[in-house]
Amino acid sequence: MLTTLFENQLVLGAAQALAALAAAGLVVLVARWRAVHLWREMWVAMVRGLTQVVVVGLALVTIFNGPLWLGIPLLMLMMTAGGVIAARRVTGVPGMLRVTLVTISLSSGIVIIVMTLVGVIEKDLTSIIPIGSMLIAGSMNTATLALERFKSELESHTGQIEAGLSLGASARSVVEPYVRQAVQASLIPVGNSIRSLGIVWIPGLMAGMILSGVDPVYAAVYQFVLMVMIFCSSGLTALLCTALASRQVFTPADQLRVRQEIH
Amino acid sequence: MDNQPILETLELSRIVGGVAIVDRVTITVQRGDVLAVLGPSGAGKTSFLRLLNRLDEPTSGEVLVGGRDYREILPDKLRRSLGMVMQQPNLFPGTVADNISYGPAQRGEVMQTQEIEALLERVNLAGFLSRDVAHLSGGEAQRVSLARTLANNPQVLLLDEPTAALDDDSRQDIEDLVMEIIQAQGLTCVLVTHASSQALKMAGRALVMEQGRVIRTGSVAEVLDVDHTL
Repeated sequence: MLTTLFENQLVLGAAQALAALAAAGLVVLVARWRAVHLWREMWVAMVRGLTQVVVVGLALVTIFNGPLWLGIPLLMLMMTAGGVIAARRVTGVPGMLRVTLVTISLSSGIVIIVMTLVGVIEKDLTSIIPIGSMLIAGSMNTATLALERFKSELESHTGQIEAGLSLGASARSVVEPYVRQAVQASLIPVGNSIRSLGIVWIPGLMAGMILSGVDPVYAAVYQFVLMVMIFCSSGLTALLCTALASRQVFTPADQLRVRQEIH
Repeated sequence: MDNQPILETLELSRIVGGVAIVDRVTITVQRGDVLAVLGPSGAGKTSFLRLLNRLDEPTSGEVLVGGRDYREILPDKLRRSLGMVMQQPNLFPGTVADNISYGPAQRGEVMQTQEIEALLERVNLAGFLSRDVAHLSGGEAQRVSLARTLANNPQVLLLDEPTAALDDDSRQDIEDLVMEIIQAQGLTCVLVTHASSQALKMAGRALVMEQGRVIRTGSVAEVLDVDHTL
C-alpha cells in the first residue's frame, strides 16, 4: 500500500519507518497492559537505532570508497561501542566494561583478521566493514547474555558458592558449573540461527548476493560460512568474558566480591 | 607452645558503607574451648564468624591462627582448618556422598566409601550414602553439612546458628550430635547463636555482641547471669 502512495524513496522510507514504529508502539502498549514497562527502553533504542543507521548509511558511500586502512579505526570504534553497550546491561558487577571491551575486541578481532588473511573475507572495505560489524554485533549480544546469566547464577547460588569456598575449594572451581551454564545459554541464539538457516530465516546477505547475480549455491554457502564465523566469534566471546568475569567477581583471597553489590 | 591459643583476634573490624559491622573485637580461643557468640539479630555475630573463615576481609585488626597471622596462610588451607557450618546447609546438587567427599576432592584426595560411611555414622545418617540431597529433610541436610565440614578434619569448628532453620526436634538432635562430636574429638568450636539455652548447653565461654562490639565476655553462666540481672 505504501509503495503505491509514495514515489519518492525518502518519503516512502519515512512512511515505512512510521508504520514499523506504530507496530512497535502497539507491542509496548500490550506489554504495559501486562505491567511490563518497555516505553523508555524502546523509545531510546528506536531513536538511537534509526539515527545511527541513517548516519552510517550516508557515511558508507564515502567509507566504501576510502583506503583499506580506514577499516581498522572503524572496526575499533564498533568494538568499543559494542563493549560499552554490553557492559551497561550488566549492572552491579565491578569491572565489566574492561571485560566486555577486551572480550569483544579480541574475539571478533581474531576472527576478522584470520578470515581476512585466509581469504574468506575479501580485503575490501565493502566486505570487511559489513561482515566485521556482524561479527562484532554477535559478540556484543553473546557477551551481554553470558554476563547477565553468570550474574544471575551468582545471585541465586551465593550460599553454595560460599559453602564451597569455606570447604577449601578455589574460586575457579566453585564457579565452574555457573560459567558452563552461562556459556551454553549465551550461545543458544547463534545455535538457533545456524540450525534454522534457510528454513525459518532467509538471511539478508544471501538474498542480496542472489539478487546481485551471484551463483545461488555460492551465496548460500557463503551465508553459512558467515554464520560459522559468527559462531566462532561468539563462542570465543562467551568463553573469554565468563573467564575474565569469574576472576573479577572474587578478591585475590577468593572472597566473593560481588556479595555486597548484589545483596 | 601448648599454651599458644589456637585462635585469636586483635581489634578485628570490618566496615561496610561507613558502618562498623564488626568493631574492634578481641578474643582468645584455647584448644578445646567451646565459645558461644551471643547477641540479637544484626549484632554482627555472623559477620564476625565470616571474618574468622576469611570469607570477608577485615578492614583492620588481626586474626592469628596458632599464633600466625592468617593472611600468611593460603585461603583454601585456612578455610579447611577453620571449618564452617552455615545457617543453611547449602548442599551441592548430587548425592550425600558427593557432598561429603567435596572438600577432600578439592585437594585431590579421593575418599573411600568406608570413610564416608564412617562419617555418616558419626552424624547418625548411616545408609544415606547414595541418597539424593534433594530428598533430605532440613535436619538431615544440616547433618550432611556438618559431616561435609568434618571430612576436612578441621582444627576449629565455626558454627553459624546451625539449628536456626530447624524445628525443635531436629534442633535438639543437632545440638546433641555436635556436643558428642566436639567432646569425642576435643574439637575447638566457635558457636554463633541467639539462643542462650543453646549456649548454656554447648559452650564453656561466651561473649555478647551488640552493634558489632563485644559488650560482655566470660563463662556462659556469668554472661547469662548478667543478662538476668538486667
